[in-house]
Amino acid sequence: MSATETRVGQRASLPLAAPRLPSWAPGLVAAVAVGAAGLLALLAGWGIPAFAVVTAILFVAGLPLWSASVEGRRGAVDRLMTALVWTAFGVAVVPLVWLIWTVLDNGLPEINMQFLTFDMRNVVSDDQGGIYHAIIGTLLVTAAAAIISVPVGLFCAIYLVEYGKGTRLARWITFLVDVMTGIPSIVAGLFALALFVLIFGPQIRLGFGGSVALSLLMIPIVVRSTEEMLRLVPDDLREASYALGVPKWRTIMKVVLPTSLGGIITGVMLAIARVIGETAPLLVIAGKTDSVNFNLFGERMTTLPVYIYYSFTQPGTVPFDAPPGTEAPGIARAWGAALVLIIIVMALNLIARAVGRIFAVKKG
Amino acid sequence: MAKSIDISDLDIYYGDFLAVQGVNMTVKARSVTAFIGPSGCGKSTVLRSLNRMHEVIPGARVEGKIMVDGQSLYDASIDPVAVRRQIGMVFQRPNPFPTMSIYDNVLAGNRLNSKRIKKAESDSIVERSLRQANLWTEVKDRLNKPGMGLSGGQQQRLCIARAIAVEPQVLLMDEPCSALDPISTSAIEDLIHELKTEFTIVIVTHNMQQAARVSDDTGFFNLKAAGQPGHLVEFNTTKKMFSNPDNEATEAYISGRFG
Amino acid sequence: MTTTTEAEPQATPTTQRGDRIFAGLARGAGLFILAALAAVFIFLAVEGLPGINKPASNYAPLDSFLPYVGRLLYGTIFAALIALAIAVPFALGIALFISHYAPKALAVPVAYVIDLLAAVPSVVFGLWGARTLSKALVPAQQWMDEHLGFIPFFAGPASVTGKTVLTAGVVLAIMILPIITAITREIFAQTPRLHEEAALALGATRWEMIRYAVFPYAKSGMVSAVMLGLGRALGETMAVAMVLSASPVVTLNMISNTNPATIASNIASSFAEATPAKLSVLIATGLVLFAFTFAVNFAARAVVARSERRLTR
Repeated sequence: MSATETRVGQRASLPLAAPRLPSWAPGLVAAVAVGAAGLLALLAGWGIPAFAVVTAILFVAGLPLWSASVEGRRGAVDRLMTALVWTAFGVAVVPLVWLIWTVLDNGLPEINMQFLTFDMRNVVSDDQGGIYHAIIGTLLVTAAAAIISVPVGLFCAIYLVEYGKGTRLARWITFLVDVMTGIPSIVAGLFALALFVLIFGPQIRLGFGGSVALSLLMIPIVVRSTEEMLRLVPDDLREASYALGVPKWRTIMKVVLPTSLGGIITGVMLAIARVIGETAPLLVIAGKTDSVNFNLFGERMTTLPVYIYYSFTQPGTVPFDAPPGTEAPGIARAWGAALVLIIIVMALNLIARAVGRIFAVKKG
Repeated sequence: MAKSIDISDLDIYYGDFLAVQGVNMTVKARSVTAFIGPSGCGKSTVLRSLNRMHEVIPGARVEGKIMVDGQSLYDASIDPVAVRRQIGMVFQRPNPFPTMSIYDNVLAGNRLNSKRIKKAESDSIVERSLRQANLWTEVKDRLNKPGMGLSGGQQQRLCIARAIAVEPQVLLMDEPCSALDPISTSAIEDLIHELKTEFTIVIVTHNMQQAARVSDDTGFFNLKAAGQPGHLVEFNTTKKMFSNPDNEATEAYISGRFG
Repeated sequence: MTTTTEAEPQATPTTQRGDRIFAGLARGAGLFILAALAAVFIFLAVEGLPGINKPASNYAPLDSFLPYVGRLLYGTIFAALIALAIAVPFALGIALFISHYAPKALAVPVAYVIDLLAAVPSVVFGLWGARTLSKALVPAQQWMDEHLGFIPFFAGPASVTGKTVLTAGVVLAIMILPIITAITREIFAQTPRLHEEAALALGATRWEMIRYAVFPYAKSGMVSAVMLGLGRALGETMAVAMVLSASPVVTLNMISNTNPATIASNIASSFAEATPAKLSVLIATGLVLFAFTFAVNFAARAVVARSERRLTR
């Protein structure tokens, strides 16, 4: 692609055929990279991460260099970027797989009926402790947060889409909802703390405070996703209903909401999945306890994420007759609780997406 | 030298779907060849196969041969990038690069190949291309302004300038005037008349009268039947095609009985 | 579009009342949100502002508010920047992979995997970071100490536990990767076909086409995605609190045992034994964090708005 181009009318014919790397070239370079890096790793005693990094470097450097000598600069640059992009893909999958594997590996042995039904009351050292109180706490706090957030979020979205279009109030609300999405979770917790401390004094800790903090985080998510779903409902549908003499509020209740229901449910479930794993706000206002507490409004209440945090930072004592090097028992419990939490969150996510797909608004 | 193109037994597939079947024709060097026919018959598909642009759609492939100057375009050793450098294309909607000035737009293709072009040389390439595209006098005082600030007809001429700046052998035009007003259209048709002294031009057009005005040879495409692939019904000189075509279907299309 | 009441002889008082109640509920929800946000500011200010002026012991190891929160802010920004430096190249690469390089069959699962990453709770990331990743990164950090020790970032001596701000930065990077990738890949995929084809028709390679057509189009979207990721990293608490044992220090050293605390991690680790006075101080630092993340998010939206105005010309 480099023959001289002369003036008009005398243009030399450029050859279309240029040397190209064979189609198996990337595969060959990859194999060589793996082989060479593997050899080095064995000789120098590297672990898997070092082996992977060197393989990637050899591949990303090797293929473009080969291409440069055959295909020229432009071809080499193109190959380089392709190699980098594929490397990014290779790396993308690693964290999730590694994390899930670690949680499963460490947490699965912990899970049994007792773990799920005992709490930590009077548990010493490696007695059988459990997460029952944490599960109850999580369910109660999140349920209360949902009870506050879903109606508020739903009606706020209804206002923004159905009643307030273009008004100054709507613009302010949209702006503030945007601000709310950016609140760091610990600040939401501090707000709940400040609120209740002002009313009840500095020692106050209660589960409901956690619900208040979580609502602050949930409401913007519910508003945004509901708004999107409501906007998807075509105006023709609304106008057809008005034309039949149906009042506005009935139209919304019987026509608009049912049409977008699937998407709204998805949005709500995703919001719940988001806040169910929040630690910082609960740490601050709901506190921690070892026993089951069914009362949102009295005393501390442990949730799963907080349980994991304290089990990790205060893992208890190793039994004095344990072999040297045994981990403190709280660590294993933390992994077990983490596994349970991940299962809950993933289940919510998958169900939410499935619901969304089943009830998707069919666009003409 | 602007090249001729020989197409033999060309079949174009999208995955398993046969879109165009059995095209045979020779596009003469330094002439204008028009593809006409109703929508969906494969005119644009065949056009795009001439510079391997149809490969942009995953699963698209061809069988048969397209030869330019004795070289088959679809040989294993041929790089599509090289093909597209030699066979330029102008699209239905003008598409100058929005973030570039007029000057940079014209040079876009040249800059791909040589990072550093001396100012004197790049100035002369820009002037030559804009003159050839009949746009120089209108924009010579605002070469640094954004390409998107021009009118539709001017943008299309800018795209033509950009395409010819790399001095291709062939210029493909996919309904270049369908998004333009009649005055811009006639300006581009005049331009095509001038360009054919240097380039081989293939133009797809919906407008039969345009084909009659502008081209030396014409190919008429049609579907064999509903749900069937498109094919080349007739290929003849434009004079003959529009006064006394060989094929009945051509006659029917030209006289407006369908299409 | 409002219903016309005069055209309906059957319009009953109940209908009008229903409409009024419903509209009132909707409006009320909107006002509730206004009030909630106002409450957030007010309560935080009431409890937090006194924290600026407490006895010096509350600002250990310093003796007044500004240096104390200054160091914490440094730690917050430092950790967030490490996270960005790692996450952004990968996010862009993965986004490009999904939008332009991957076969369809691969693009969808990869996008799904990245989105799943966003669902993992931060405390699980913290646990994994503290127990698994830190140990795995020890050899790498020792290597950095040996071979790159002349650079202030890697001055060392490398921590034997691996619980360093570098590790915390890696965990943060994994946590913010999904949001940057999701926004950027949407934008890449929306590049107008017309401009991509214009570049290809000139004889551009795929990478050249991306440079000519995709990046100019996506520039402002990429900036805003990165800033949103930054905002997320600034506010993250658990990952840092669990991986690090940190204190308010200012250091460039990423691999040693002395690690800068962030505002959020400092609150998490100090508040349990905090006196009411210290609590005020912590809340005050929380206010500073809120203001900072708000500014970053605001700037991100301003960038998007400005470019949207420019594109719709």
